[in-house]
Amino acid sequence: MTEPVRVCLPRDAGLLRTLAAGTHVLLSGAVYTARDATHARLAAELERTGELPFGLAGAVLFYAGPTPPAAGRPVGSVGPTTARRMDTWTPAFLDAGIVATIGKGARSERVREACVRNRAVYLAAVGGAAALLATHVTSVEPVAWGELGTEALVRMDVRDFPVWVAIDAEGHDLYAEARAEWQAAGE
Amino acid sequence: MPTAADIAGAVRSAIAEAACTLRGDVREAVAAAAETEPSERGREVLAQLLDNARVARQDRVPLCQDTGTVWVWVELGEDAWPGHGLQPAIDAAVAAAYRDNSLRMSVARDALGDRSNTGDNTPAFVDITARPGTGATVHVMLKGGGSDNASALAMLDPAAGEAGVRAFVLETVSARATGACPPIVVGVGIGGTFDSVAKLAKKALLRPLGSPAPSPAASALEAHLLADINALGIGPAGLGGATTALAAHVMSAPCHIATLPVAVNLGCSAMRSVTIEVP
Repeated sequence: MTEPVRVCLPRDAGLLRTLAAGTHVLLSGAVYTARDATHARLAAELERTGELPFGLAGAVLFYAGPTPPAAGRPVGSVGPTTARRMDTWTPAFLDAGIVATIGKGARSERVREACVRNRAVYLAAVGGAAALLATHVTSVEPVAWGELGTEALVRMDVRDFPVWVAIDAEGHDLYAEARAEWQAAGE
Repeated sequence: MPTAADIAGAVRSAIAEAACTLRGDVREAVAAAAETEPSERGREVLAQLLDNARVARQDRVPLCQDTGTVWVWVELGEDAWPGHGLQPAIDAAVAAAYRDNSLRMSVARDALGDRSNTGDNTPAFVDITARPGTGATVHVMLKGGGSDNASALAMLDPAAGEAGVRAFVLETVSARATGACPPIVVGVGIGGTFDSVAKLAKKALLRPLGSPAPSPAASALEAHLLADINALGIGPAGLGGATTALAAHVMSAPCHIATLPVAVNLGCSAMRSVTIEVP
């Protein structure tokens, strides 16, 4: 088994852009949860002021809406939601300084191009492994829009959170490449 | 003779069970796939899913953060007619179960316009049918958005035949499966009418994995579909491999002489459903 690469945010944010698609990463540090409704609000702020609010430039967005605290942990379960639904907004957010996004599933060509343009990456976590992933969350701190419930913008500190580089800064797309590799192998 | 309260009680306990405990047949299928999956990354994903089921059960936390919308299918026996008040009783059970088990509220008030969260995961989506015998059979499924979004329906021409059905299922899985949390369970409905074919596909997901298909024709089609789907290379979590689907389940029904309805409802790797008999 290939050893995973440990990445500590924000110190190693620059390291992310050197990792090839397919690299297994254990992520530590702060990520910010944001999904559909949050994206619409962030986009409105970006449109209005020309920059992302709450100092999000340089940050990592995690497409997720957690369940309430449980089992003595700050969130009961939290895993990635489908990244494709954020594709409309992602290029502008990467242009505005987001260094990485975490989600599940394949993304649009426009997102892949925006990753290359900004030397940003898309990281894939395992959908449906939310109880396990929650054990890697050490603390949460509400940032904004609590009225959105599970869709609120929340800072989440994680330790050794397992992901794979799904789109790297050179534009290699793991979803397309791994599938082609295993499709060929199956024929 | 079951009352509305009895049926609501079954719904309430089924939700707690389904949200935090992986179906035994699904866990066995994931464990079996972990033994045979040729991709190293795929095996690591499957290992995470098995770990996830263990953590969820031990700590009573949800298998997935998307604890879904609640679909309740009540099959009423000949002696059972709970009368008015069944929908409110089920909705109250859903609200209580989601609050008491710290599940996520994921229902928008209206698809068009006011998409604010209803705050208690109601309303439940309820179907009521009649069946022979006494008592009631209550099926509860928690359906995540990701796998439902990856589902599709087509009204094919009868001339398209079984080949057309296979092509449509494969096209749907190929285009959308990475967002549906593979390894998936593929529910396929064939026949009925425009509205009922989707229900067939959903009901197909309730069947235990590894149990016999409803007919020899369905069994043969299931084998073809599973082989086709697992040759796509999508793999666990969509990160490449041979385990894209754990099973394909087919249900067919009569239809109009001019139609060939087909629906594909994808179940994610957590495939949460519970069936309870209420005497």
